[in-house]
Amino acid sequence: MYGNTHITEEEAKRLNTIDEDPEKLQAFEERIANGEKIEPGDWMPKEYRRQLLRMIEQHAHSEIVGALPEGTWITRAPNFRRKLALIAKVQDEIGHGQLLYSAAETLGKTREQMLEDLLNGKSKYSNVFNYPAVTWADVAVIGFLVDGAAIVNQVINSKGSYGPYCRALERICYEESFHLKQGHDNVVYLATGTAKQRSMLQEAINRWYRPLLHFFGPPDRTSQHSEKLMKWKVKLASNDDMRNQFLDQYVPKIWELGITFPDPNLKKNNDGIWEFSDPDWDEFKRVINGGGPCNKERLEVRKYAEEAGRWVRNALMNPSEKYTIPLA
Amino acid sequence: MNTTALKELLYKMADDALIIGHRNSEWTGIGPMLEEDLAFSSMAQDKIGHALALYKILNELLGEESPDKIAFLRDENKFKCCHLVELPIGEYDFSLIRHFLFDHAEAIRYEMLSHSSFTPLAQLAKKVKGEIKYHTMHADSFLKQLAKGNEESKARMQSALNFAFPYALGIFEKGDNESELIKENIFAGEDELKKQWLQKIRPIIESAGLKLPKVEESAIKYGGRKGFHTEHLKTLLDEMCEVTRLEPTAEW
Repeated sequence: MYGNTHITEEEAKRLNTIDEDPEKLQAFEERIANGEKIEPGDWMPKEYRRQLLRMIEQHAHSEIVGALPEGTWITRAPNFRRKLALIAKVQDEIGHGQLLYSAAETLGKTREQMLEDLLNGKSKYSNVFNYPAVTWADVAVIGFLVDGAAIVNQVINSKGSYGPYCRALERICYEESFHLKQGHDNVVYLATGTAKQRSMLQEAINRWYRPLLHFFGPPDRTSQHSEKLMKWKVKLASNDDMRNQFLDQYVPKIWELGITFPDPNLKKNNDGIWEFSDPDWDEFKRVINGGGPCNKERLEVRKYAEEAGRWVRNALMNPSEKYTIPLA
Repeated sequence: MNTTALKELLYKMADDALIIGHRNSEWTGIGPMLEEDLAFSSMAQDKIGHALALYKILNELLGEESPDKIAFLRDENKFKCCHLVELPIGEYDFSLIRHFLFDHAEAIRYEMLSHSSFTPLAQLAKKVKGEIKYHTMHADSFLKQLAKGNEESKARMQSALNFAFPYALGIFEKGDNESELIKENIFAGEDELKKQWLQKIRPIIESAGLKLPKVEESAIKYGGRKGFHTEHLKTLLDEMCEVTRLEPTAEW
């Protein structure tokens, strides 16, 4: 699960000063314009490599950190069906992380370096995972709406220009579509269940509404644009477009169940554009910069996993068998 | 067919699978490398699936409650799992050794049961033993590599083995009606299983450069099969049943 890539002012500046061999750059851009995929051994601008790496790495981190809020509910899932489905789902997310780290490695950074940068804060992950899954109903909402939002983003990105990332995303989207079904089923059971189950669901929706709006990044009018990233098919749709597509697909499905969103201004206008109250973009910035409810906890869990598992990795440094088949 | 004896066998097997599955699932997200998160998560799914299949036999053929009720709404003293599976995951060394010791016993148990005179169990056992083959392959491969890895990993493997072994021997605690199972060719018995298990694990442990600890009979962790458990089972069940118990009659 992953939101949209967030471009800072500094990043935008770098993208506007590309210093490459003009002939090579032109040939590269023509290939992309023709719909060709760029493969790891091909020539690519340094900035293309850097931006892609940043994006795929963040996506990979989002998968493994994203496994944590739901992972804590595996042991508490209320019956066999939900328990088996949730373990399989969270396992998929970890698997996506593994796949994406492999795709990112083709750009020249090892998984170990990436994990180190996650822990030292150099590298980010999707903001949405800095919120807690407070009750079982949060698991349902994450499975349906957060995964739904991620699919909107990932289906679009799978049409990008970098071969290994696109192939990874195609497989990921295929698996995510099962998560969505599972999340929807869980939401429907709660919505049509007892009064307590319904109110658990309503409260969870209330909690996740803003983080979901934040998921796709700041509004286009305030965010940094990069024609370059669009031209290079690293970024394929604007934050607002993706957010609108998400609202269009999912809001009616929640309303259908008689569940509401905590925003009286949420509505679809005649031009097909959804309107909503300001979801507090200052909070978005606060959370991105480490001030969210779970930022510290998420990284501490990852740190624990890294530290507690170090002796295992060290002992395996000289394995008797070596596998070199790339995954991406 | 002696249904009391049969139920006793099915309950302890299912409870073992459910609880070890629960423990294995706790590795999701915190394994020493992503590949091990995935491995423990896969095994957890298999184990919980085995528990479900066994509870289904109890429910559909032997008149017991539904699998969800059995698993999520039963009191602690009704569980018949062994103490080995109840222990917290600890560090990876303990979890791996437990997985090695437990899964070799499971592999042999299901192999034995694939010849059971109780056909539904024999059919299930044929399917399950095919899955457990991969669990033991995983355990053997990591046990060998870590036991031969470096000084620290070797020491950790040995001390985890020393700690886990008396608990592992508790797997083979007999139920009150075991002689009936043997007589009716349902299951050849825990003594036979233990004998085969020791024959299987000893050479693997020794070839990895580890020593099988000597354990006095009095040090073996018995009690689970009779409903007496470690303090960890209660905590585990409280967590496992937390949501179900919010609204026990609701559909989740």
